[in-house]
Amino acid sequence: MALEAGIRRPAPALPLWLYRISLLRESPIGIIGAALVIFWVLVALFAPLLAPYDPNVNDYLAGTSMPPSPAHWLGTDNQARDMLSRIIWGSRTVLTVAPISVLSAYVVGCVIGLLAGYYRGWVDTVLMQIANIIMSFPPIILYIIIIMKFGPSALNIILAVVFVASPQIARLVRSQALELREKEYVAAAKMRGEPAWYIMLMEILPNARGPLIVDACLRMGYTTITIGALGFLGLGLPPPNPDWGGMIKDTYGYIMSAPHMALFPCAAISSLVVGFSLLADGMREISLRD
Amino acid sequence: MPQVAHSGTPVLKLDNARISYFTRAGEINVVPSISFTLNQGEAIGLVGESGCGKSTVAFAIMKYLGGAGRLTGGRILFEGRDLAEMSAEELRLIRGRRIAMVYQDPMSSLNPAIPIGRQLMEVPIVHQGASEAEARQRALQLLTEVKLPDPESIFGRYPHQLSGGQQQRVVIAMALMAEPSLLVMDEPTTGLDVTVEAAVLDLVRDLRRMHNSSLVFISHNLGTVVRVCDRIGVMYSGELVEEGQIVDVFRNPRHPYTRGLLDCIPVLGSDKRSSPLVPIPGTVTSALRRPDGCIFASRCSFMDPARCKTGRMPTLDAGHRHRVQCVRHAELPPRRLAIAAKATVASQEPSGELVLNIENLRKFYHQSASIFSGAGGYEVRALNDISISAKRGMTLAIVGESGCGKSTLAKVLMGIERATGGKVMLESADIGGMRIEDRPSDIKRNLQMVFQNPESTLNPSHSVGFTIERSLRRLKKMVGLHAREEARRLMETVRLPADFVDRKPRQLSGGQKQRVAIARALAGDPDLVIADEPVSALDVSVQAAIINLLIDLQASRHATLVFISHDLSVVRYLADRVAVMYLGRIVEFGTVEEVFAPPYHPYTESLLSAVPVPDPDRQQKRILLEGAMPSPTNMPKGCPFSTRCPRKLGEICDTAPPPEHRTGTGHRILCHIPLEELRQVEPIISTAAE
Repeated sequence: MALEAGIRRPAPALPLWLYRISLLRESPIGIIGAALVIFWVLVALFAPLLAPYDPNVNDYLAGTSMPPSPAHWLGTDNQARDMLSRIIWGSRTVLTVAPISVLSAYVVGCVIGLLAGYYRGWVDTVLMQIANIIMSFPPIILYIIIIMKFGPSALNIILAVVFVASPQIARLVRSQALELREKEYVAAAKMRGEPAWYIMLMEILPNARGPLIVDACLRMGYTTITIGALGFLGLGLPPPNPDWGGMIKDTYGYIMSAPHMALFPCAAISSLVVGFSLLADGMREISLRD
Repeated sequence: MPQVAHSGTPVLKLDNARISYFTRAGEINVVPSISFTLNQGEAIGLVGESGCGKSTVAFAIMKYLGGAGRLTGGRILFEGRDLAEMSAEELRLIRGRRIAMVYQDPMSSLNPAIPIGRQLMEVPIVHQGASEAEARQRALQLLTEVKLPDPESIFGRYPHQLSGGQQQRVVIAMALMAEPSLLVMDEPTTGLDVTVEAAVLDLVRDLRRMHNSSLVFISHNLGTVVRVCDRIGVMYSGELVEEGQIVDVFRNPRHPYTRGLLDCIPVLGSDKRSSPLVPIPGTVTSALRRPDGCIFASRCSFMDPARCKTGRMPTLDAGHRHRVQCVRHAELPPRRLAIAAKATVASQEPSGELVLNIENLRKFYHQSASIFSGAGGYEVRALNDISISAKRGMTLAIVGESGCGKSTLAKVLMGIERATGGKVMLESADIGGMRIEDRPSDIKRNLQMVFQNPESTLNPSHSVGFTIERSLRRLKKMVGLHAREEARRLMETVRLPADFVDRKPRQLSGGQKQRVAIARALAGDPDLVIADEPVSALDVSVQAAIINLLIDLQASRHATLVFISHDLSVVRYLADRVAVMYLGRIVEFGTVEEVFAPPYHPYTESLLSAVPVPDPDRQQKRILLEGAMPSPTNMPKGCPFSTRCPRKLGEICDTAPPPEHRTGTGHRILCHIPLEELRQVEPIISTAAE
């Protein structure tokens, strides 16, 4: 319509990706999300500087299950360890395991989705039937089976997330690829004799990025919850490493007498998950506008 | 201005209406001020390129600008009443009953879940409190009036069971149900085939006279406006730059933009040798950066810095109800005379070897009846017995309505589909049976493509420079700096500024994107370029520039161009040879002069009669084609055109395949009618005796 030509803004001087990110400032929700995520990333990065105590040292002088005090801002847990330090160090677990697992799941999911969507036919049928079988299991059951079988470790958590999430990502990439493969620029690439891998990776995948970035952001949130849930079920990182889910598991028995011990890690998980979700909403707003 | 010969208040009066959209970036004034008057029974056509605010004005008339749009000044009077002062209830009573609107896409105006008749009946039941029986009778009457075959059966059908042209007729019938005094039509024929468009336009013109409705008709196509309206308003960037009676404006256009629009469209009968197209330089001025002075000044060749760059342009009278927004309108030199109906310069047949030679090409799709049994299927004959050829440096145009097989032909040439039989010779190689992946790199280099849709022809993630360089690397095996330099040179040949290398497609206009696509196709110095409707998605002024570019490049590079198009005016202008396709067959093939003059194939004749000609002084014979193109699954046994042919002889056309008439020059017509008789047919277009 007539409106479109009028509103198109002048060409930005910034590189495109920076320009896109700068658009986020027009979405208040996106800003809140980005702020929460950036906060936790900084906390994780500077954990050794920020944490007032060693997270694994039992400071029995301060007492066990003590409420917040000037010496221990968030109190101590049932083993007299500083809650603040444990939450700060715990952020490192989540913020390394979650991105690595989401990224790995994306690599696998993109490859599967591109192959299925680009070649269609029997390749598509076989790959998508396998994906459907995996997706027909409740995810938490799959996680429990995998971790119980291979033992709790960061690597196994990552493998479990890849196994559960990549079929869903593949579905998303496939639907994008099915649509984009019909574009005229793909035909033009074929006309100049580009190999299939080039068309998939250079012509199709970059243009599918919009929905993928939003999905990746949401998925970081889900994975944070998953890591928390696994920790709570005792399938997280082996003790004594600080792990938000594990901290809740160890202390939820005291929820009536010393609620801070479970509530602070809960709040940490929630704030990070909410941060990812809001950031995803902001990204969606931007992508809809362009 | 006084209303002459019309009683009472005008149906519609826009009085300095100012329309803005409000976005996060603030107010965007799309229409600064527009005034015009429409009397009872009059029809005004609003024309202009995309982004000129035509649709905005239409929605403002309905007071239906959505949440972001608002009338921020002036008045819009409908039958003397200010729309802004009406309550929501009053507006509801007016919309649909007194003012009706027809949109471009009929499918979005019809509810897919309700039968057609029911949807039509709603109008009188809701607006006039009619009984079921009355409403039913009225609906049937209108379905008859819009010339739908068998109204009783259409009445019970669902929208998806009708063709696009039939759907648009239903929408028009629905708009007329309540006898509105004002009808607003926004590009009602843009998505339709040319023969269907002609029928719908004739229908609109007749119905408007019959019902004495006033009409606001919005179109980007000057030819359609000439067919339907008696007044025309030319819009540019939200301003009405010229308004007057059709005949006055076309005979004596006073605004440089109107002249530009008329000079940049090929008129059926003009060709590249006798009358070159003059594109309007630059692009439509954005509403965001409205300059002081005349909005068109930056693109105007008559611009006088002293008078055109400052102040608001006044609207001046240039004759009886002919107004123009240009201070220099009286000083403009006379416009060059209309082009002679017949081209005076004969085309020189390029001599040279055959680059493309297609012989008896067939492409059948086999549809099996069920996935469980391979047997019992049927065959879709998408291309049947196609024989055409093109020499070096020649433009071969392929025309026909949608569904005639021209895109399938392009796909076979491109190697996306494989031919079922016959030969497709590109120089000395038969490429008909080869998929693009199996073609040797030399053939890939030699055959390139320019696509239709500028929005999807370039990868949005790749910069202009990358796109062109990649083609050079792949097709010419160039590397490094060498490829970069060659890319710059190619950009220069398609007249793109060198600093565009780093731009992404979203920073380019439609015409610029098509230029990049042309540069990409030329990267390998191909002998054959296929262009599938390369200008149909572009605005007319841009279209002219791209057509001229194609002509220049072809001449300097001696490439052969296969130009696929539905626009006969463009084909007449650009082509050396023309193949007319219908239902997978070539029904006529010859030089452009031969095809566009008698003897015609009856289908070519009908197509020519349907082309909207933007010149009220041209006489054009009207041939109304009945029905729609049959489905290729259900081919007529005899002549493919027999079901719709206005010159059908009788039995023989239905039963026997038509013979091919050949004249000495290579002109071929596939028809039962003897050549002598076809020669007697009068030319479709003639200039009226002055």
